[in-house]
Amino acid sequence: MSTALESYINRTVAIVTSDGRMIVGTLKGFDQTINLILDESHERVFSSTQGVEQVVLGLYIVRGDNVAVIGEIDDETDSALDLGNIRAEPLNSVVH
Amino acid sequence: MILLSLSYSKQYHLRELFYSFFKSLVGKDVVVELKNDLSICGTLHSVDQYLNIKLTDISVTDPEKYPHMLSVKNCFIRGSVVRYVQLPADEVDTQLLQDAARKEAMQQKQ
Repeated sequence: MSTALESYINRTVAIVTSDGRMIVGTLKGFDQTINLILDESHERVFSSTQGVEQVVLGLYIVRGDNVAVIGEIDDETDSALDLGNIRAEPLNSVVH
Repeated sequence: MILLSLSYSKQYHLRELFYSFFKSLVGKDVVVELKNDLSICGTLHSVDQYLNIKLTDISVTDPEKYPHMLSVKNCFIRGSVVRYVQLPADEVDTQLLQDAARKEAMQQKQ
């Protein structure tokens, strides 16, 4: 049994990185160490004072060491989100 | 419950024991607590040799504090960032698991 990321290829995914950032993009490729290729990516910066800020990044390679979670985004639910009204503390960093 | 019988345990490393253990839990509801303090509840879909975990139908245990995953239904969690996997007690034969793990630990020592 393998938990391959194949089913997420060409889908919109949300990556939670080990330093607590969240990057949304289209998963174009991956390997066994979970190095990732993300296209059309942007970072979603959460703040407890302002709404979510989206910073456009473009085509990115993320090294597997830094990946914590890869979430498959449901586009319907995501477009219904009012990012301007979400207030949240940024995620913690991963502490080993 | 499918667990490696103890006679097979000589061929496998300790990591294979827990890999097999998690494979036997596929389909059950678990809560994964990560090393960044995020807790994700979901159904165990699959696991691999690195103990990477795929969960379906996820919900964050504290959605007010962590709205980051609101539009995510399924996720893949890298094994290296898992702190705990919480399971209901009746899904696990703790005695069997303990015995198997003890046997593995002794094999590894030698």
